[in-house]
Amino acid sequence: MIRIGAFLVGLFFSGWLLVSFGVGAAAYISEPPQPTAEHEFHLHPKKLALSSDGPMGKFDRQQLQRGFQVYKEVCSACHSMRLVAFRNLTELGYTEDEVKAIAANWPTQTPSIDPATGEPTTRPSIASDYIPSPHANETAARAANNNALPPDLSLITKARHGGAAYVYSLLTGYQEPPAELAKKFPDAMPGPGLNYNPYFANLNIAMANPLGSDGIVTYSDGTNATREQMAKDVAAFLVWTAEPTLEKRHQTGWAVLIFLIIATGLGYMAYRNVWAGVKH
Amino acid sequence: MSFSWAKHYEPKSDLTKWLDERLPLPRLVYGAIGGGYPVPRNLNYFWNFGVLAGIALTIQIVTGIIMAMHYAPNALVAFDSTEHIMRDVNWGWMLRYAHANGASFFFIVVYIHIFRGLYFSSYKAPREMIWLLGLVIFLLMMATAFMGYVLPWGQMSFWGAKVITGLFGAIPLVGEPIQQWLLGGFAPDNAALNRFFSLHYLLPFVIAGVVILHIWALHIPGSSNPTGVEVKQESDTVPFHPYYTAKDGFGLGVFLILFCSVLFFAPNALGHPDNYIPANPLSTPAHIVPEWYFWPFYAILRAFTFDFFIVPAKLLGVLAMFASILLLFFLPWLDRSPVRSGNYRPLFRTFFIILVLDVLLLGYLGGAPAEEPYVMLSQLASAYYFAHFLIILPIISKIEKPKPLPFSITESVLGKASSGTAGGPVLQPAE
Repeated sequence: MIRIGAFLVGLFFSGWLLVSFGVGAAAYISEPPQPTAEHEFHLHPKKLALSSDGPMGKFDRQQLQRGFQVYKEVCSACHSMRLVAFRNLTELGYTEDEVKAIAANWPTQTPSIDPATGEPTTRPSIASDYIPSPHANETAARAANNNALPPDLSLITKARHGGAAYVYSLLTGYQEPPAELAKKFPDAMPGPGLNYNPYFANLNIAMANPLGSDGIVTYSDGTNATREQMAKDVAAFLVWTAEPTLEKRHQTGWAVLIFLIIATGLGYMAYRNVWAGVKH
Repeated sequence: MSFSWAKHYEPKSDLTKWLDERLPLPRLVYGAIGGGYPVPRNLNYFWNFGVLAGIALTIQIVTGIIMAMHYAPNALVAFDSTEHIMRDVNWGWMLRYAHANGASFFFIVVYIHIFRGLYFSSYKAPREMIWLLGLVIFLLMMATAFMGYVLPWGQMSFWGAKVITGLFGAIPLVGEPIQQWLLGGFAPDNAALNRFFSLHYLLPFVIAGVVILHIWALHIPGSSNPTGVEVKQESDTVPFHPYYTAKDGFGLGVFLILFCSVLFFAPNALGHPDNYIPANPLSTPAHIVPEWYFWPFYAILRAFTFDFFIVPAKLLGVLAMFASILLLFFLPWLDRSPVRSGNYRPLFRTFFIILVLDVLLLGYLGGAPAEEPYVMLSQLASAYYFAHFLIILPIISKIEKPKPLPFSITESVLGKASSGTAGGPVLQPAE
């Protein structure tokens, strides 16, 4: 009984799947799916080598400080960094006094209002404050950005396929839309307020090119602030913001692995020793 | 224990004698995983995975309990409290990466354990109950893993919860009320998150309970072995301790090396980037995919694209997905071949290899976007999956001519000459 029932159930599911396959395949052959603009013009991220890559990776603190400077002077105008507190910046190699100074120049909104004007008031941030967001809420952020919401950047390198390489490619990927795109997919051309960027999922990104020209920041360590360099530095910084514990993870990993390899080697010898003389 | 030559626990000190008369716990352990449990001497490394699954469950429970001390199951703060664990809790990043990757490794281990059972027909009499309880554990694991993935309240958490509970919405008439009852609302929100957290904390202990039943049922007939020939004599077995404790110790070391390599050097490789974006009910991700260990079933779910008369395709997909797991419960009665081990079943072995490739293909397709040619391929692969268990397996168990089996485990290990029962009749399965 069980086998007859099973046979019928199997026949039904397999049979209907094969019928579905046949119908789908016929449709696929008679009307092959049209290639989309994303399929033809979207590019995978460029290669980006950072010192934090790989199992031995460590942060280049000089680079993180440069990246932080780019975030502070460029990105932070629109993008929040909710999960990073000023106190965390000591991990970039800043002293406590430097961190306090950075925080003091970055006002935090207070819950109270100015009794004279009714406007919200601010106070200088302290080290334990989180980096203040440029906009009070999502509505304000959209209102200031042509109805596009600038994503929070704290976790961005973990929240996108390609990670840091994606951020770097996107920042250096702005270009004129190719003539072929206008010819083949006129609908995929950037509309008003949108910019062509082949590294962005649907090719049209609301963010204007933030690193439009070389030298928009002046690095204190003398590094030449080319567009490439700034994009690389801020990508490296965003790897840190997404995972400040990365270095500790790598170091712990090696200690654990070395221990485990020795323990497993001993375990193997114990196993061979116990089984010596017993054929199996 | 069933074998007459099994050693009995003998308390040596006054303390253990005193204890043995009042609470014979050491006696229980000795008989279960100590010197008192005779195990076939010829087990290969595939028999390590039962113990490894138990260890993976333990890792999940320990890391999970500690994380629950820092996590807040509230839709407003769940995402941030997860990041609080990653950033501010001492060693919190390690706990969370161990827990997230621990789930993946738990499934890897259990999938190998299940396919070991399929190849060596460990589900056949007298071990049906072990197999059935194992499937119950597998179902509980899937429920637990699904609810755990919702807890960080990222985009995939939210949309995964929406899609999976939406499956119940496909049931005619009562589907939508059931879905709303499961979620405590019309869409996943605080009510769903809270109950998922509560159940995610509860179910691992239910799993642990069923694991005890699973091991209890195992100790009635004893472990199977790669020849599939039952234990006949003392020389077929060795005591679990020290022989298999030593072997499992080595196996555990290898497992931990692989696990820790991923945990410390590629902790996000098995996850989806979208889950680092906070849940947003107003923004649907481009591709909603569950965790990788559900991909084969997800591919079966999506393979149904055409209504069958009045049955909508979505309901067919849901039925097929549940059927793909439930049919495993009937396996002991579908495969009638008296020979257990695939090593002696050439035809079965061929189809088994096709099944493994088929399930791997289904896994790949389940993670791919719902576009052609992936949908067509998943239709073919799903068709084979059902045909394999429900049609092919019962037929080959009737028509196949198995290779001759060794008389005993001892003979298979030492050869005919050294076997104490040389010249005995070679067991031939009835044709």
